[in-house]
Amino acid sequence: MCYPLRLDLTSDTGVMTTSNIHTIIEPFCTLEGGLLPALHAVQHALGYIPPEASETIASAFRVSKADVDGTVSFYAHFRSAPAGRHVVEVCRAEACQAMGGRDLEEYAKASLGVDWGDTTADGSVTLEPVYCLGNCACTPSIAVDGKVYAKVDERKFDRIIGSLKGQEASI
Amino acid sequence: MSARIYVPADTTALALGADETAAAIAREAAIRGIDIELIRTGSRGAAWLEPLVEINSGSARLGFANVDESMVAELFEAGFPGRCSHRSSINQVDALPWFANQHRLTFARAGLIAPTDIEQYKAHGGYTGLSNALAMNAKEIVDAILESGLRGRGGAAFPAGIKWRTVMETSADQKYVVCNADEGDSGTFADRLLMESDPLQLIEGMTIAGIATGATRGFVYVRSEYPLAFKRMNAAVAAARAAGYLGDSICGSDYAFDLEIRLAAGSYVCGEETALLDSLEGKRGMVRAKPPLPAHKGLFGKPTLIHNVLSLAAATSVLANGAAAYKALGSGRSLGTAAIQLAGNIRRGGLVEIAFGASIREVIDGFGAGSASGRPLSAVQIGGPLGAYLPPDSWDTPLDYEALAAAGGMLGHGGIVAFDDTVDMLKQARFAMEFCAVESCGKCTPCRIGSVRGVEVIDRIADDQNKQDNLRLLGDLCETMTHGSLCAMGGLTPLPVRSAMALAGNPLE
Repeated sequence: MCYPLRLDLTSDTGVMTTSNIHTIIEPFCTLEGGLLPALHAVQHALGYIPPEASETIASAFRVSKADVDGTVSFYAHFRSAPAGRHVVEVCRAEACQAMGGRDLEEYAKASLGVDWGDTTADGSVTLEPVYCLGNCACTPSIAVDGKVYAKVDERKFDRIIGSLKGQEASI
Repeated sequence: MSARIYVPADTTALALGADETAAAIAREAAIRGIDIELIRTGSRGAAWLEPLVEINSGSARLGFANVDESMVAELFEAGFPGRCSHRSSINQVDALPWFANQHRLTFARAGLIAPTDIEQYKAHGGYTGLSNALAMNAKEIVDAILESGLRGRGGAAFPAGIKWRTVMETSADQKYVVCNADEGDSGTFADRLLMESDPLQLIEGMTIAGIATGATRGFVYVRSEYPLAFKRMNAAVAAARAAGYLGDSICGSDYAFDLEIRLAAGSYVCGEETALLDSLEGKRGMVRAKPPLPAHKGLFGKPTLIHNVLSLAAATSVLANGAAAYKALGSGRSLGTAAIQLAGNIRRGGLVEIAFGASIREVIDGFGAGSASGRPLSAVQIGGPLGAYLPPDSWDTPLDYEALAAAGGMLGHGGIVAFDDTVDMLKQARFAMEFCAVESCGKCTPCRIGSVRGVEVIDRIADDQNKQDNLRLLGDLCETMTHGSLCAMGGLTPLPVRSAMALAGNPLE
């Protein structure tokens, strides 16, 4: 879905181009209330919503740049800077707390050496809080790049993170 | 004939390895030269049995519980997919007391069929409600909903028929049906389960609502934390459209109705109906002052019927079996069935659909079988992060809207999160304020500022700083939030705060 998945839509110099943004959002400009779907599409294509794209998006939807920036910043799901190669979301909500979720939160931060919203120094993992993944009968839950894992204790967390590094090493 | 094997594929089953189980079954069958037909279903909602693999035996379905991939070879060794005895066998699935003691209407098909297969949906009673609705006029449909006593299942429990009638009677060039599938409450997963297991039912319910109210366009607003539900709803819409159940002429009639699935973006407050409408319009999800009601001026300023997933799904049961059959279930003014979701520290967690009126204890003990940790349960939070924490001495309260409200709680969307005796209630009170601070839309001051100050005050109480003064201050703050907030976000946050503080031995005035 809208997790890091980068199509190479940047120009040779590595800068996002206005025409690329146009190509991505064009199908949504005629939709009723199409701004959110357009923002999802931009994030899906680029992994984030570049602040420098706001003006292009604003003029396509006939709203102000402040409207676009305000919309992007309102929603936890949208990011205005690139994430790490993987996004790990740890559920902080009550059904997970009831099964040791608070300890898992602390363990995730300590073992990755980052705080919420930060990316590990090697750029492999961004750690995000999430408030409920809907897996509340088999908690604690985490999601890695959108895939949910159930009954995650410290050992299982290590195994999941280890397999991410393993995947990267084999590429 | 090839043996049919059913393997679930909802988020929870997948999170417990159902894909790996399915792959192992296919591999093992191939090695042994056994001809199988692997059907991926949604889930029956018995999370404690997942992955729950099933086979046919005559007209019954036999189950094998908690089948992980490492177990598959030995299962085949024991005679699977024929009738066999194995430690994972639970025999006839619907004879299991956990299922037999439920009254499934909305979740009757969940886990039985391939979720987006129209033929299987119809073979299990799907589209009967729509077919009946097409033979009625709009007023007759609305009267059936009114007569059924159905109330909004999102949490507010407003009589559904009154909403339907209001939208029907409001004239406009365009009306909308909007489904609120922004199921953000921790401890709830009924909407997700329905969308992943029986998405056509939601489409059918919305179509009936469109015909009754004169709306020709619909939107389902699905939270971004539910990527699988989003995907499956889209597949179901495509299937319904291809079969003539959505589009310019529903089943060859003069009625037109079509719908679009929209993805939310990680904001809890967008589950509040007016914030949701702003979000659908492509804006920040800010709560609107009411009136005007969405039924008069909703999406893009047009009359809008906005309902939770389960309310729209229940409309299919009302139209299929009649209002009388629906309202024969339940207690008091809470009629029909409740989708109770057992979550957190519970041994047999999952979705339990029963008539309203069973006590909390009956559900926690009878279905949930106590805690998962083996320690005594000490509190349940019912109704999501805005619901109260209730201690064991209140568990004889029946699960219906009025009875729970009288006991100082709220049924909300039907989620029950169980906690054992290791829970730190002061931390739970702090989290309720913290969550409100994170998710507040910011429009009104009591919610936006009050929640931040609430966290600080609870921290001071935890630190034993001027405890009595700070408890008084917290009580005062809760009072302000309750009465001064624009919506339930700030208005109900004091419910978990007050109840958790009381259980922590610090009751607020």
